[in-house]
Amino acid sequence: MSDIVDSQIAEGAAPDAPKLTMKDFKSDQEVRWCPGCGDYAILSTVQSFLPSLGIPRENICFVSGIGCSSRFPYYLTTYGMHSIHGRAPTIATGLSTSRNDLSVWVVTGDGDALSIGGNHLIHAIRRNVNLKILLFNNRIYGLTKGQYSPTSELGKITKSTPMGSLDYPFNPLSLALGAEATFVARTIDTDRKHMTSVLEAAAKHEGTAIVEIYQNCNIFNDNAFDLLKNPETKGDEVIDLKQGEPIVFGTEGEHCVVRDEFGGLEVAKTAEVNQAEIVVHDAHLPTTAHAFSLTRLSDPETLHHTPIGVLRSVERPSYNRLMNDQMERASEKPADLQALLAGTDTWDV
Amino acid sequence: MAKETVQLDRVIIRFAGDSGDGMQLTGDQFTSETARFGNDLSTLPDFPAEIRAPAGTLPGVSAFQLHFADHDIMTPGDAPNVLVAMNPAALKANIGDVPRGADIIVNTDEFTSRAMTKVGYEQSPLEDDSLESYNVHPIALTSLTVEALKEFDLTKKEAERSKNMFSLGLLCWLYDRNIEGTETFLKEKFAKKPEILGANLAALHAGWNYGETTEDFSVRYEVKPAKLTHGKYRNISGNLALALGLVAASQRAGIPLYLGSYPITPASDLLHELSRHKEFGVRSFQAEDEIAAIGAAIGASYGGSLGVTTTSGPGVALKSEAIGLGVAIEIPLIVIDVQRGGPSTGLPTKTEQADLLQAMFGRNGEAPVAIIAPQSPADCFDAALEATRIATTYRTPVFLLSDGYLANGSEPWNIPDVDSLPDLTVEFTTEPNWTNEDGSKEFMPFARDPETLARPWAIPGTPGLEHRIGGIEKADITGHISYNPENHDKMVRLRQAKIDGIADSIPNLKVDDPSGEAKVLVLGWGSTYGPIGAACRRIRREGGQIAQAHLRHLNPFPKNLGEVLASYDKVIVPEMNLGQLALLLRGKFLVDIESYTQVSGMPFKAAQLEEAIKEVIANV
Repeated sequence: MSDIVDSQIAEGAAPDAPKLTMKDFKSDQEVRWCPGCGDYAILSTVQSFLPSLGIPRENICFVSGIGCSSRFPYYLTTYGMHSIHGRAPTIATGLSTSRNDLSVWVVTGDGDALSIGGNHLIHAIRRNVNLKILLFNNRIYGLTKGQYSPTSELGKITKSTPMGSLDYPFNPLSLALGAEATFVARTIDTDRKHMTSVLEAAAKHEGTAIVEIYQNCNIFNDNAFDLLKNPETKGDEVIDLKQGEPIVFGTEGEHCVVRDEFGGLEVAKTAEVNQAEIVVHDAHLPTTAHAFSLTRLSDPETLHHTPIGVLRSVERPSYNRLMNDQMERASEKPADLQALLAGTDTWDV
Repeated sequence: MAKETVQLDRVIIRFAGDSGDGMQLTGDQFTSETARFGNDLSTLPDFPAEIRAPAGTLPGVSAFQLHFADHDIMTPGDAPNVLVAMNPAALKANIGDVPRGADIIVNTDEFTSRAMTKVGYEQSPLEDDSLESYNVHPIALTSLTVEALKEFDLTKKEAERSKNMFSLGLLCWLYDRNIEGTETFLKEKFAKKPEILGANLAALHAGWNYGETTEDFSVRYEVKPAKLTHGKYRNISGNLALALGLVAASQRAGIPLYLGSYPITPASDLLHELSRHKEFGVRSFQAEDEIAAIGAAIGASYGGSLGVTTTSGPGVALKSEAIGLGVAIEIPLIVIDVQRGGPSTGLPTKTEQADLLQAMFGRNGEAPVAIIAPQSPADCFDAALEATRIATTYRTPVFLLSDGYLANGSEPWNIPDVDSLPDLTVEFTTEPNWTNEDGSKEFMPFARDPETLARPWAIPGTPGLEHRIGGIEKADITGHISYNPENHDKMVRLRQAKIDGIADSIPNLKVDDPSGEAKVLVLGWGSTYGPIGAACRRIRREGGQIAQAHLRHLNPFPKNLGEVLASYDKVIVPEMNLGQLALLLRGKFLVDIESYTQVSGMPFKAAQLEEAIKEVIANV
């Protein structure tokens, strides 16, 4: 029992442990996503990234909900649970907070995390449980064959909305920041290098790290992120955030981000502003205002001007740490079961 | 003048007042004094769902009934010998249960015309003849209390609040109880408020002294201590016994307890109590909702903790899908349902047994789970240990069906010696459990123990046994995803066979049939044990023949149940629902069950069951 209770926040493997490679994380199960699905690229990137954690395979656990992306755990050789729709954060919370020696990851989709599981997502985030949440956002329901999702654009024509969706979409990262997130990042399925750097930052974060991954569903919502992927447009559309650097983008650096008159942020032409006016990206600011304003730069419908990278990364004690502190303080009291059963008011017969 | 003392073998007292009058506290304290004195006892708190229901109204009446005796008793009693009515509403709401000749203590200060009109008394029941056949003691409890506290620097309103302590002091005098325990209790409770402490102590003493000096009470009563089995005793409620049982179970299992819970009446006390015992490695997690609560328990169980979720009926409805996941992934999980009146919000503070079929069938697909039920407040302790044994041995969700009556009711408990508790040691799988044809070893997450059909519990962190589980149907043995028709048929039957096989590990149902000549069996489950037992005693005392049996295990049933049912001409099953156990018994054993039901939110009365059983006996 003490192994479980006393173990501290997950550390790396013992120094003499064998070095793992990508191969060690590939399971023998046939991957059953549709050919051309963005999930393949994410799986491959995660498999190649996991060895760099230096954590033994048995101490890593992936928990997923329901949806195409939630098949993810079956394709890894770590511990894993494919649970029920929307509830992965709850199961992962129980696992993580009872087993601090584990590195616990949640794989979820836009329907799973933001629709049926929206409540669990925001509460896991606000508690800052030690979880790394990978939210595969393809802006559609794939597994149920093509209904609109909570991130689908307003007016989207789908099987369930032949005249267009009436739902205004969530911006998942705005939502996460509203839920007091301490780590918020975004990346794109096909950008292996960028995704790896974001995953590394997420893994190092104490508490909940939420990573939104734009993922193409080539069957029901093909090219949903074309604007951000197409070599001809992406330079002008993607705002690649770099910690400590002025936010400048565009093939020639012709766009930049400046403050707007309402205290938020807006895109401007670099040539038309003073260098000093260009906002320097700082993910570590205590206030969420900067990160939130960044999330609002993108157009909810077209994703025009979408920031990627780590938007926010701040320190706040994880739920796990706070719970452990209480457990430790309580353990100073003697655990005398016989005395507990007797209570304070007994009599003899 | 020394007053006469009359010996009684048992007494039933009911305290009734506004929900803000402190009746539950008064009842609890009188109970504690009675327990310390050594009487056997049984209690029934009955209060509205509202925290402060509208003052002076019938729905706002809060009551606490205590039955204590010089012998072993089984129920909180049918009809009070003494009613303490703090206002007209309390009198009106309870008078129907009070037999003629009983004592009624009323707080005359509250019998104003406005208060009486509010509950429909056109004239004062204290002044007309309506209470003629009762022994009424009109006492100005409020003004006597205020008078007693005039030395204290309190407003009138603050002083009036101590009137429950005045009445407690009076009752303690009347029944020869000590008040030292209450004094200690008050000193702890108001340690930081010396003025309030002083006032409450003064009110308590004033009430006692009033009994001593007033001429209204010419006699005192004495109920001698009961002859209980030797041992160390405490008074315990069902919720407390259940919480302690879970802590003990986790200690005996050698794995930490992890509670995922969401506040819900009448189960919240389990969350409160378990949150206080972190020194035993208990982790308690108050989740955002019922689903998250069970999800966290499942996650913790997957990680090697004893995963528990505590709730009531509406919460079970929300957890259904997750319980199904627990069935599919075959992990230990304890689901505690403290049943209350339903459907929907129903009657949150009242008792009912109407979740049996929800526990049995309330999931999609064939999703069998084990179900057990405690039969008395103290028995909740043993039931927690049994739930743990089944969950960890068979790697299955287990329902424990308590109810509002057990949860809040209390009785003396012979505190067990910790070393005498069952050994529930859990062993995780740490090595590959399967030998391939070529002799190589492998881990198969769904290879089963041949005896129990349980699958291995291999927890994350165990090197070499990494595996994936989930709600999708799995192939037998390997646990890989499988849509194969034959495999699904096999897995459905295996899961059922595993639950059915639990019957091999449970004792046969014992029948209490002292003469061996009874033709009628009364069979119950859960909290009806007390009133059924009391009814049987009455019938036997009059020379009647009745056999009694009570089910701890509702799924699977004890192996001899069919045989037991078949050996009586008639079987009567009293339940606080519309016949849910009766339905299961008829379906499984094709026997004609006489179903006797009540869904009033209140437990059965012994007299009522006595009559119902006698009628069945008469017609055999």
